[in-house]
Amino acid sequence: MIERRDFLKGCLACGVTAATVSVASGKAMAAGSFEGYPDAMGVLVDLTRCVGCRSCEAACNNEQKLPEPDQAFDDMSVFKDKRRTTEKAYTVVNEYKVADKDTLYRKIQCNHCTEPACLSSCFVNAYTKTKEGAVIYNAKVCVGCRNCMIACPFNIPAYSYSSPLNPLVKKCIFCYDTRLKDGKPPACVEICPQQVMTFGRRADLIKLGHDRIQANPGKYVDKLYGEKAVGGTSWMYLSSVDFDKVGFDGHIQNEPIISNVKDFLGFVPMVLSIWPALFTGVHLLATKNKDGHHDHEEGDHQ
Amino acid sequence: MHAVKQKMILGITGILVMLVSNVCFGAGIPDKVSIGSIQKYYAPVSFNHAAHINKLKDCGLCHHHTTGAQVTDPNCARCHKNSGAQPVVSCKGCHVADPFTPEALKQQRDQQPPVYHRDKPGLKAAYHISCLGCHQKMNGPTGCQDCHKRNDGGDAIFKSGKYAPKAPAKPKAAHH
Repeated sequence: MIERRDFLKGCLACGVTAATVSVASGKAMAAGSFEGYPDAMGVLVDLTRCVGCRSCEAACNNEQKLPEPDQAFDDMSVFKDKRRTTEKAYTVVNEYKVADKDTLYRKIQCNHCTEPACLSSCFVNAYTKTKEGAVIYNAKVCVGCRNCMIACPFNIPAYSYSSPLNPLVKKCIFCYDTRLKDGKPPACVEICPQQVMTFGRRADLIKLGHDRIQANPGKYVDKLYGEKAVGGTSWMYLSSVDFDKVGFDGHIQNEPIISNVKDFLGFVPMVLSIWPALFTGVHLLATKNKDGHHDHEEGDHQ
Repeated sequence: MHAVKQKMILGITGILVMLVSNVCFGAGIPDKVSIGSIQKYYAPVSFNHAAHINKLKDCGLCHHHTTGAQVTDPNCARCHKNSGAQPVVSCKGCHVADPFTPEALKQQRDQQPPVYHRDKPGLKAAYHISCLGCHQKMNGPTGCQDCHKRNDGGDAIFKSGKYAPKAPAKPKAAHH
């Protein structure tokens, strides 16, 4: 009786250890498993330079051949609302009153993550992170499940609700087809009068961003948003105020979104392959002993 | 076809800018400078150089150390405290019109020594950051069209003027 209990305890202990080991190794794999393509391009956005002229929105609309906007791009009344990206606008500029007289503008578009959550969440593999740094998607295979819209930590992918027959997910593609793949900067970067956006190799931009912070003491908060957020993004930001104040999620995780589920998903094959055999064994051993004991007891009664 | 047209416009703009600056150089300090780096969308700016000189006096506010003005930025003063007037003074002499071409990026990366002047804005941004930054501080005009009138190409991309979106059909309140 005591022997059997010890044996069961031993089995359980083995199982737990195996599970722990597999979880631990899973974590080691997930942390920083993809550093990004070495020559991936990026954009450094300096919020302090933006004057809210909306030229980037106009250029995007033109380059991506998007539908006509509701209002002209020189209409500044749009700033009364905080807008988000839509099927008709892959980028929008929002206005933030940050101090008595200070106004900052923030351009929103896809940040082109190094480990994109949209890509991880897509079960038809519509998304691709290209070696140039863009996160693009194949509209032909998109089934419209909208998982990517939920997965995106920046709330970027939009959906063509206006198209009942063939609705698709729509988002900024870094002007991949028309510009980036030929080494050219996206349309918004090119048109910007203030060079709010600096285009270059992501690795170079990280250095440039930190250099700019250092060269202008007191001008910027000491953080390059996107250098680490969700495992790094191709688009990174400099700001003169806390990022929370200009619509960013200042407490966003540094781990890629996929790390939130990678541990669990790594555990599943282990459970499926080892547990049935393990517990069948346990069950067989347990019942075998029990049967013997039962016989013995029956014998006692007789 | 479109790219060829773009290149032609760029080339013509470049020649025009060169002509203007050569004329200016010959005449010493120009009174007027015609700036047309975004002629695709806006009419060129006829910049009243003389009026700005009279008002500001300090050439270094726009020309950094190149005119031999005393530099105040400690970061610049490390090298340019006594570097004197430079042969190249015009904006486009240092700020390139197209700062993000693969060639420009490579040049920037390979620059020796690998410090300073790396974060140099392109020509268009150099104008805007300098002009607009100062205009904001000194209550000068800051609207886009206060300095350069938008042309037809600009209206087309901004969906303004004759390209304005047709007002969405909203039910109008009945008139009494």
